[in-house]
Amino acid sequence: MCLKNPVMTASGTFGYGSEFADFIDLNRLGGFIIKGTTLNHREGNPYPRMVETPSGMLNAVGLQNKGIDYFIEHIYPEIKDYDTNIVVNVSGASVDDYVKVCEKLNDLERIPAIELNISCPNVKQGGMAFGTTCSGAASVVKACRKAYNKTMIVKLSPNVTSIADIALAVEAEGADSVSLTNTFLGMAINTETRKPYLSTITGGLSGACIRPIAVRMVWQVANAVKIPVIGLGGIMNGRDAIEFILAGATAVQLGTANFIDPSITVKVVDYIADYMKRHGINDVNDLIGAMER
Amino acid sequence: MMKKCLLDFRVVENVRINSNYGLLKLCVVYGTMPQLDGGQFVEIEVPDSKSTFLRRPISVCNVDGGLLWLLIRNAGEGTRHLINLPVNSVVNLMLPLGNGYSRPTDKERLTLLVGGGVGVAPLLYFGKFLRAEGFNIAFLLAAKTKNDLLLLDEFRKVAKVYVSTDDGSMGEKGLITKNSILESSEISHISCCGPLPMMKGVAAIARDRGITCEVSLENVMACGLGACLCCVEDTADKGNVCVCKDGPVFNINRLKW
Repeated sequence: MCLKNPVMTASGTFGYGSEFADFIDLNRLGGFIIKGTTLNHREGNPYPRMVETPSGMLNAVGLQNKGIDYFIEHIYPEIKDYDTNIVVNVSGASVDDYVKVCEKLNDLERIPAIELNISCPNVKQGGMAFGTTCSGAASVVKACRKAYNKTMIVKLSPNVTSIADIALAVEAEGADSVSLTNTFLGMAINTETRKPYLSTITGGLSGACIRPIAVRMVWQVANAVKIPVIGLGGIMNGRDAIEFILAGATAVQLGTANFIDPSITVKVVDYIADYMKRHGINDVNDLIGAMER
Repeated sequence: MMKKCLLDFRVVENVRINSNYGLLKLCVVYGTMPQLDGGQFVEIEVPDSKSTFLRRPISVCNVDGGLLWLLIRNAGEGTRHLINLPVNSVVNLMLPLGNGYSRPTDKERLTLLVGGGVGVAPLLYFGKFLRAEGFNIAFLLAAKTKNDLLLLDEFRKVAKVYVSTDDGSMGEKGLITKNSILESSEISHISCCGPLPMMKGVAAIARDRGITCEVSLENVMACGLGACLCCVEDTADKGNVCVCKDGPVFNINRLKW
């Protein structure tokens, strides 16, 4: 997969893209990631699913989606002609589920890549359970690699001791790229009612508050693997995107920022172009990992 | 569907109703205010807030003389900031959002607009629309005390207002669901917005009596566009749907109340 610029959107924060078409020209993006898609329809977790926290938010959506067949029949025909990379985020409760979804996506001409979600903190089975051990992560990637022959990105969980070890494990099984980080497991309690804010008690933390940790993890992983790294986690503006690229990210994804400004992605595209002009850089690739010490 | 947009608005007037409620009157800084339907909402940015960053979903309360009215309850850090916005500050709005109330089918029989607390907000604008279209309407508004009844004079300009207060300081004493107007056989349609227990009570009465009833929900929301799937309501026909996009207005037959 080749990107026209390094700016993509994070899974689960951009719907199917069309929700944002009133605000931006989707063709200007490097790509957008379709929200987590599973073999079968999932209702997701009960309400309440979200609480705002200092410089961030906790969510517990739980991969609500209508399943891969619905996507292929109803969504894909509507979005396939956008002149950008449309990547489908794939999740499952078992290795077999992942493989079946990969097989179906392999046949879609206008989907150049998938992002394997082995890092969702909000589902009881699968999700993060695969992404928190090297062997678990490797098992999913190995099986999916046989079923999918286009670009395979693996989205990593930050809820691990050494994210670089997980990245190395999925690289060894044939992943073409890793994206990190997914949300951080967190929780919040309403002290007046003494009840948790989320129906699931714990949820995934995103937003600006996680950015320094995500930057550190991207830097560690980029130094460990040879495949391209996609950086995300609390990117709220163009400056933040540059920070991830300097840490070693080849591309970036914007997530929570879309909820505040639905046109933020194209502003980041413009910021990067302007930044390059200001710094006399002709090729954005020259910025990747270009932090100076 | 009307195209959604981001627009800067200037605070022309900020009316502090009491310590808990404020009314912002806003004009577009540059551009044209999109057409808004009764029951739709905006996502308003909260400038310079230290502890919040998400926009706040607020109902369209009125559009009057080119000014957009937003009635805001102090429900936390974000809304407290909003009701303290100085005149002439500029805020960014995303609008129009959500579906809005549907038009009742019967113009002759009574459409009752039932609101409680800050939930009265969308009913003013929707009531004005219905009145202009020649519908027979009345308001039933409720609050803890007469001092908590919001924008009463504005409602009275539009149609007859029935009132319930918890302490009996105005109108009938007690819960809104006990107000005698609800016994009227003239009512053919109810449009409702207020606290959840109130809406559930009104829905139960409407169901018993076979009255068409729509309620406006205010589930905790992030994006306002149907992308994040945080504000879901579990419906009888389609399972979890986004209140921001499929709502905020729902026919009670769709709800699992």
